Amino acid sequence: MDKIWLILQREYLTRVRKKSFLVISLLAPLLLGASTIGVGMLNSASGPDIVAVHDASGQQVASHLADTEDIHFVPAPAGSLAEAQAAFQKAKPKQAALLSIPASFGLDSAKGIQILAKGNVPLKRRETISKAVNKAIGELKMARSGLQQATIDNLQAKVDLAAINLDERGGKRNDVGATTGMAYVLSILVYMFIFIYGVQVMRGVSEEKSNRIMEVMISSVKPFQLMMGKILGIAGVVLTQFALWLTLSWAITTVVLPLVMKTDKPVAAAAASPTATAGAAATASPAAPGNSPAVAAASPSSSEKAAATPQPGQPFSIWSMLDGLPIGSIIGGFLFFFFGGYLLYSAMFAAIGSAVDDQTDAQQFMFPVTIPLILSYIVSINVIINGDPNGSLAFWLSMIPVTSPIAMVMRLPFGVPTWQLLLSGALLIAGFVGTTWVAARIYRVGILMYGKKVTYGELSKWMFYKG
Amino acid sequence: MQNPTSRPILEARDVRKQYAAHTALSGVSLAVPEGSIFGLLGPNGAGKTSLIRIITQITGADSGEVLFRGERLNPSHIGQIGYLPEERGLYKKMKVGEQLLYLAQLRGLPRTEAVQRIKGWLERLDLKPWAQKNVEDLSKGMQQKVQFVATVLHQPSLIILDEPFSGFDPINANLIKDEILRLRDEGATIIFSTHRMESVEEMCDSIALINRSRKVLDGPVSQIKDQFKTNTYEVEGQGRLLVVHPDFEVVEQKERANDHFYARIQLHTGTTPNDLLRFLIGQVQVHAFRERIPSINEIFIQRVRETMPESLIEETAS
Repeated sequence: MDKIWLILQREYLTRVRKKSFLVISLLAPLLLGASTIGVGMLNSASGPDIVAVHDASGQQVASHLADTEDIHFVPAPAGSLAEAQAAFQKAKPKQAALLSIPASFGLDSAKGIQILAKGNVPLKRRETISKAVNKAIGELKMARSGLQQATIDNLQAKVDLAAINLDERGGKRNDVGATTGMAYVLSILVYMFIFIYGVQVMRGVSEEKSNRIMEVMISSVKPFQLMMGKILGIAGVVLTQFALWLTLSWAITTVVLPLVMKTDKPVAAAAASPTATAGAAATASPAAPGNSPAVAAASPSSSEKAAATPQPGQPFSIWSMLDGLPIGSIIGGFLFFFFGGYLLYSAMFAAIGSAVDDQTDAQQFMFPVTIPLILSYIVSINVIINGDPNGSLAFWLSMIPVTSPIAMVMRLPFGVPTWQLLLSGALLIAGFVGTTWVAARIYRVGILMYGKKVTYGELSKWMFYKG
Repeated sequence: MQNPTSRPILEARDVRKQYAAHTALSGVSLAVPEGSIFGLLGPNGAGKTSLIRIITQITGADSGEVLFRGERLNPSHIGQIGYLPEERGLYKKMKVGEQLLYLAQLRGLPRTEAVQRIKGWLERLDLKPWAQKNVEDLSKGMQQKVQFVATVLHQPSLIILDEPFSGFDPINANLIKDEILRLRDEGATIIFSTHRMESVEEMCDSIALINRSRKVLDGPVSQIKDQFKTNTYEVEGQGRLLVVHPDFEVVEQKERANDHFYARIQLHTGTTPNDLLRFLIGQVQVHAFRERIPSINEIFIQRVRETMPESLIEETAS
């Protein structure tokens, strides 16, 4: 055991002390931060489109036009349409369109309204404006028929379709966007890390082999100890990298980002994170402008949810998305399934590394190992994210040990029954014990085998060699 | 066995090892006397490496047993054995000092003691300035020295060296040779696997010759040489040598300038060297007269040739 520990230490330290490790560990969160800032900047730079409204009808349509998420209506300067056009051309900040309501316009003959813009008006913008105008006309008509403004407001239906996850304690509200995003992020992390570090295990083994240090090593330790020491040492590297990334990403997105972005835009998102700095929390203001659709209003936990969805004009924090998800089981499940999957696959990668003399020969053996990894990712996306996360195909994908590390992690944010987690976990443990046993048998023969063209038949024979 | 005065540190009894379609060792028995340098000889593919890998516990024997100081070989002996394989290598991206420490610790040496010994060895082999350098920055000869240090750092009582001089320039080869002799004098036993016979003759106390998975010869070098003597004498002298005699037979004769000659003459049984001398003195002027002792190289080649047909026959039969 202490030999495994010695080997683990060496594998860990030689990798962690490499410059490339430091660079990747620092660069990845910086890139994440930079892209978040970039997206935030673009978001805040564009903001809602400004549409000037030239209302010559005298019906006060303009004042009843309600801003939407995408469009902010401003009155055009009074005067003729030509003057309004001239002002539109010169307007600063730039205006997206000029909505002209002609003098001939009447509530009962709503004709002649025009959108003037440079170039084509996108379909979506036309629909949004059309809806806003319709709503305004409706309100004006209701007012004409003698209804009080309060009554009118009361009549407006505010539809909010909330999905409630009954498995969660207290029937928490589910944010589909955040859940799906989480499922994507977690599964791609598992996929990437298993792949990247599995290949590192393979390289490490074949390096030892081509360095010809293997014989010295094997005369000191058992092949199994050498293999496990390497696999666990590299697992330590992965965990270190995770920890660094999380810490740095957190620091960048919640400490640095609000400082960069706080100048003129409200920072709402960061406030949702309990760890957000006091400065960021202080600048937080209610979601603006207008009501954000679907999520913000009339939900059982609207106050805590409001910040969870990115608001226009605000940098959003990825951390706030975590609210309302089964965080405990996600973190625990993620670590377990990542680790189990990594052990399972890296044992196979170690066996490949031991069997081949150089990296180029490794390709043919990598294929059958990477296929289940890639397939489980692609199939899982279709079955779990685009399909039913609790369907039978999803269930089976998350039970089979070669696919479960990715499939189960993808299902985690949607909530998985405990018995399934336990069963899948047990199967994964059985899976990697079995795989490691087979891999170790190939490994112990392969590491001392030089200059032999290895075939699948050969590999299967090695499994039955006597020690 | 060969040397009754010292008990064997290592004993192999009827060791067999079979790979899929190839027999590596078929019933090899040998004993390595403690405190000696033991040459394990044999042509390529004879089974030397297979035997060494069994002794170093890299693989196990199919049958038979290996005893270390009378005890069945087991993992607790790893710390008492040092092994320098023929295929040598180190972790290229690791510092020399760290690498030696790592390998010594894997052999069970405590850290502080290892650090002390590494210092001593690096100084003795002029490697001290390189301790903090990566292995890949060292010349091949220096890497070999580092490997040698790694092999003996934990003060093993049995040191197995597979072709230890390959890749060394003559100066470093001498340096290593002196270290090997010093280790032997300090009480270590050295198994020395090679097919370079001159170093065997120079250094080995006993040898075992393996050919085609079998041991074909073993014993102390001097005994083996005695055993392979052919009762042949070398004569150099002046005059005309003409041997027609029932008791002697000329194996080889060379005429040299100024009426000089060289001859190898074999005595038939019952004839003494003095009989030959008397005969020669009557005929020519004798400048030199010595017994011809076969070199290990000759014995090696002779034994390998002798054992070849037999094993070939066996192989076809099986």
